[in-house]
Amino acid sequence: MKQRATVLLGSAFVALATLAFAATRVVAADKVDPVADARAFQNFFFQKFPNVKHEDFVNGPYSMNEDMKRQWQEKEEFPPYEFALDAGKEMFSTPFKNGKTYADCFPNGGIGIRQNYPYFDEKEGKVVTLELALNRCRETNGEAPYSYVKDEMASLTAYMAYTSRGKPMDIKIPDDPRALAAYENGKRYFYTRRGQMNFSCASCHVQSPGERIRAETLAPALGILNAMPIYRSEWSGMGTTSRRFVTCNSQTRAVPLEPQSDEYRDVEYFLSYVANGLPISGPGARP
Amino acid sequence: MKRSLALAMLLTLSLAPSARAANEADYKAAYAAAEAASKEAAGMRNQWTVTVSALAAAKKAADGGDFDRAAAAAREAEALAKASIFQATSEKEAWKAMEIR
Repeated sequence: MKQRATVLLGSAFVALATLAFAATRVVAADKVDPVADARAFQNFFFQKFPNVKHEDFVNGPYSMNEDMKRQWQEKEEFPPYEFALDAGKEMFSTPFKNGKTYADCFPNGGIGIRQNYPYFDEKEGKVVTLELALNRCRETNGEAPYSYVKDEMASLTAYMAYTSRGKPMDIKIPDDPRALAAYENGKRYFYTRRGQMNFSCASCHVQSPGERIRAETLAPALGILNAMPIYRSEWSGMGTTSRRFVTCNSQTRAVPLEPQSDEYRDVEYFLSYVANGLPISGPGARP
Repeated sequence: MKRSLALAMLLTLSLAPSARAANEADYKAAYAAAEAASKEAAGMRNQWTVTVSALAAAKKAADGGDFDRAAAAAREAEALAKASIFQATSEKEAWKAMEIR
């Protein structure tokens, strides 16, 4: 009788221990761990394309195709974004009506800081992108905000990106549960299928980089924002990060969200964070 | 013979309603259902462009008095909106399967 009770107690103990162990594993799998995510994200692309130099991923489709890369390198002699760069430089240094300039709104006078955007603003509890910060600067100084998808914003961000060229992306996630939640929300948005085409961002830029979708060669997700803003031949003009997200959504037949909505800000945060260490290459040019 | 003729007429009459043209009331009912589903999808931040287009096509056809086409477009819009709701619901968990780990 005593032996039977011991066996029963022992079995119950083993069952409880197994349950506790399993529960811990479930919690561990759901824990937000940006450092591990970034490592896994980068390794995925480095292993999938072992012949691509790590810093070359920021050149999008050109890193995937030698012929395209040669054509692009020749185009870079007279880059199509040059006019935007000149316009951006002029806009950046032209004072607002109150005499102040963009330089007054940013650390280091706005020069060489692109790699730190987006950042998590602990006061606001939200992600702040460079485009958003530029418009906030304008509004603080009594100017009307620019459209997030048009030329003025693209020109300004083109100039700021140019002053950061070659600097490694350096996005921080502070020890704040709201920052982790924003990062996780961005990750969720990136992998979530949407639109009648049932595509997620990852369907093209994780599962199929280097493949063609109609005439376009798909860019890898790794470092995809390091080249923003971009001149796109398809658009016959410049495009901001906001414009890129809006267009991607439309192409899957999903109604795009409003530019600088929380979801877009968060997905920019996620994509920029997992590209930490890769150089800024913007402004870029794409087919 | 008389009896078969009567049966045939009864059968024809019983089938007649399903083949009749849609009227304004049919369109309005179909449009209301489509609009409700579409609003639910938009609330889930997962509206599809094709749903919006189908709703617009329904309204345009109804404005032109073509209630057959209007009701058909509204029913299509409802089906698309319901598909987008299903997508948003299933993706709440399904996205994790795509994640690079």
